[in-house]
Amino acid sequence: MTRNHVSTTVNGDQVEFLCETQQTLLEALRDELQLTGTKEGCGTGDCGACSVMVDGRLVCSCLMLAVEAEGKAIETIEGMAKGEKLHPLQKKFIEHAALQCGICTPGILIAARSLLTRNPDPTESEVRFWLAGNLCRCTGYHKIIDAVLDAAREMRGA
Amino acid sequence: MSTMLKYQQKDLKIVGTRPLRPDGVDKVTGRARFGADYKLPGQLIGKVLRSPHAHARIKSIDVSAALALPGVKAVVTRDDFAEMPDEMAAVGELMINFRDVTRNMMAREKVLYDGHPVAAVAAVSESVARAALALIKVEYEVLPHVIDVVEAMQPGAPLLNENQYTAGVKPKPERASNVAKRLEFGCGDIAAGFKQADVIIEREFNTKPVHQGYIEPQACLASYSADGQADLWTSTQGHFVFRAQCAKVLQMEVSKIRVTPTEIGGGFGGKNNIYNEALAIALSRKSNHPVKMVMTREEVFRGTGPTPGANVKVKLGATRDGKITAAEAELNFQAGAFPGSPVNQASMCAFTRYDLANVRVVGNDVVVNRPKVAAYRAPGAPIAVYGVESVIDEMAKKLGIDPIEFRLKNAAKEGTQTYYGPKLGVIGYIQTLEAARAHPHYSAPLGPNQGRGVATGFWFNIGNETTCSLNLQEDGTLTLNLGTIDVAGGSRAAMAMMVAEELGIEFERVRPFVGDTSTLGFNFLTAGSRSTFASGMACVIAARQVIEKLRARVAKIREVPLEAVAWKDGRAEPADASVAQFAPMTLPEIARMAGKTGGTVAGHAEINAQGAGPGFGTHIVDVEVDKQTGAVNILRYTVVQDVGKAIHPAYVEGQLQGGAVQGIGWALNEEYVYGDDGVLQNPGFLDYRIPVASDLPRIDTVIVEVPNPNHPYGVRGCGEVPIISPMAAIANAIENAIGLRLYQQPFSPPRVLKAISDAAAAKR
Repeated sequence: MTRNHVSTTVNGDQVEFLCETQQTLLEALRDELQLTGTKEGCGTGDCGACSVMVDGRLVCSCLMLAVEAEGKAIETIEGMAKGEKLHPLQKKFIEHAALQCGICTPGILIAARSLLTRNPDPTESEVRFWLAGNLCRCTGYHKIIDAVLDAAREMRGA
Repeated sequence: MSTMLKYQQKDLKIVGTRPLRPDGVDKVTGRARFGADYKLPGQLIGKVLRSPHAHARIKSIDVSAALALPGVKAVVTRDDFAEMPDEMAAVGELMINFRDVTRNMMAREKVLYDGHPVAAVAAVSESVARAALALIKVEYEVLPHVIDVVEAMQPGAPLLNENQYTAGVKPKPERASNVAKRLEFGCGDIAAGFKQADVIIEREFNTKPVHQGYIEPQACLASYSADGQADLWTSTQGHFVFRAQCAKVLQMEVSKIRVTPTEIGGGFGGKNNIYNEALAIALSRKSNHPVKMVMTREEVFRGTGPTPGANVKVKLGATRDGKITAAEAELNFQAGAFPGSPVNQASMCAFTRYDLANVRVVGNDVVVNRPKVAAYRAPGAPIAVYGVESVIDEMAKKLGIDPIEFRLKNAAKEGTQTYYGPKLGVIGYIQTLEAARAHPHYSAPLGPNQGRGVATGFWFNIGNETTCSLNLQEDGTLTLNLGTIDVAGGSRAAMAMMVAEELGIEFERVRPFVGDTSTLGFNFLTAGSRSTFASGMACVIAARQVIEKLRARVAKIREVPLEAVAWKDGRAEPADASVAQFAPMTLPEIARMAGKTGGTVAGHAEINAQGAGPGFGTHIVDVEVDKQTGAVNILRYTVVQDVGKAIHPAYVEGQLQGGAVQGIGWALNEEYVYGDDGVLQNPGFLDYRIPVASDLPRIDTVIVEVPNPNHPYGVRGCGEVPIISPMAAIANAIENAIGLRLYQQPFSPPRVLKAISDAAAAKR
């Protein structure tokens, strides 16, 4: 099977990979670039575990073809912490016990960061609706919402 | 021989606090490795061909075209696995039969459900493997199927297993039946009990199967070496149990298989049994390459175990002043394609919250053309309790007694004789009811179309075989190797906390991890809320061994009698002023000298933990019913539960919240939908809708702590109980809101609308 050559940017680094035409961005990230922090929960865009940013937009990487990544800027969970320094959302998720199994956590963190970029002071209801595309089966969401609101407070310096 | 450690009340420094979980940073940075994140050089991708039919005889399987496809390295079918005789083994609370395990992982004579595996291939890529599946020719003789449990019990129903005769019926029935087993529990005189009743209520309920819905699909990686040894990485709730199952169906020696558990992306009972693991090892053996197999979400729904759907009949009698005189139930549970539903557990949980003289529960375990059921958090209990607590609520209303007061009048307590065997020990059921009644939620005002419901739950909790080892390192830190999988509730943190508490050191100085199967002896899987109870007990034993060894070392170093050395706050010091005095030694000081004073210091435990303390909970829920759409909105939710002792309260709250929300999904939306063709119509998260953040309010929790007398810190376990009550509590709240009782789960908008329109039609 002929493979396509793709050049793209992932977490600020120029990368190249080969992929089959039908492969998704999620598959390319995980299998070709070894960035396994982005998870597959459904493959149909229903669970949000594969959430990444593409040119500043929140997308399910399982719904985007890998070849479409050509020339784009992609951000994944692996780029969220700066060295040893965790992003406030990452820190608050641990402090608030907002994760259990952790399979949904990378996607929820990416989605939550994109919310706080657009809206630094969301209400509880806004957080709940923004994260409605990210399924979590362990927590019942309660502590996730607390962690996002607390991170927002800290990031605003409130 | 079993082990119990008595509860000792003491001042606690670490247990009961909220340190940060040791797996936290890895999970927020993407560094944590789950089942699908493992990879080996030269690995192949394995995929499974599944039956498109609900019930069919396999006439032939032709794999030649698939094998001829370039890039295909191996194909396995039923011919690659040995026939297994009937042999039972425990997995969690449920039992499995190896005859069925081997047939469930790969169909033999017949396919028994849509999604039943018939062949598996290993190829150089996912796309080649998929292409190979399409080239396998299976000739089926399609047979009539049966999906519904009540229909499956009828004499003329299509039979899944022509050689199955209902067990538990004497004399042995003359005709084969889909009813695999009939159970009966009871006490007292049920007829006399109903005679004493002033009011009798009898109702029938039906529920649909729901899936555990873990977000991580099953994933494993197997590597078989030509020397006959295999390595397996898999997402599992019990690596030792998976090893045993693989060894059995592959006819390998147990020690030849090493299973490394990966981080597990949710299980809830659904990862207690093997699915692809033995296929991956078999494909690796045949292809001489490592083989990785990851299920799609569709495969998870079609091929792995949901919880049963059921038909439940409940009859309750009570006196006018609110004393229950008789309680009777019939529980007809779908087992799926093979026997082994949790009807046994459901039967025992149905009424065990009440102190009752006259009880009769009949349970039927019924095979149907659906995937074989697996455990799901308090397996079976929510279904039975939905029926029973609905009738309890109706009875309270009929008698004009507050629903919590009615439960208190009949509540089980220490010494209550259960109808299934033991007397209850120290329990906290009444405390949960009283805490719920006192909670501001219970007396808050309600608006129009809003209603409040209450329901309660009971689960046994379990112990069983448990191993761990605690190694003191040269710098005075410790590594804690656990045999019990942390299924993500945070048990690694809880174990390290108990060890740190015993040793009197900081939590951060104990590094807990779960090793592979070669590092410890057999440890049972994480199920039945046994982890913090049983593994905690083992950790305490190991820590106390370490302390004893440390005291002996110090006695030797300081040349004082052993009795003179006390262990306190992480160091050895003179026991009191009357003994030989010596300079205290800290853990790092002793550790540095360990090599010269007899070698490294370690503690370990190999126990069969007994004395699990039952857990009880009381839930309060407020709902609002939209009469135009039938939608039920959860306005407020409070979980009150006796956990014995919350080692890490935040993680206990997480269990209570997560369990309650799974119960909310069960109540309101989740169900397996089959067409007349016996094919599952909603194998995806779009059409099988689990709760999302915007569906829910905050989930308030009240942790009640009535210590389990048979655990050093009083732990009971907490993961199962919270899923038991939501379905019943929500049904009761809907009735309170609109005056209509729902007898069919889920209480989805179409069903609620139908109930409203049926009631309106009946009035006309």
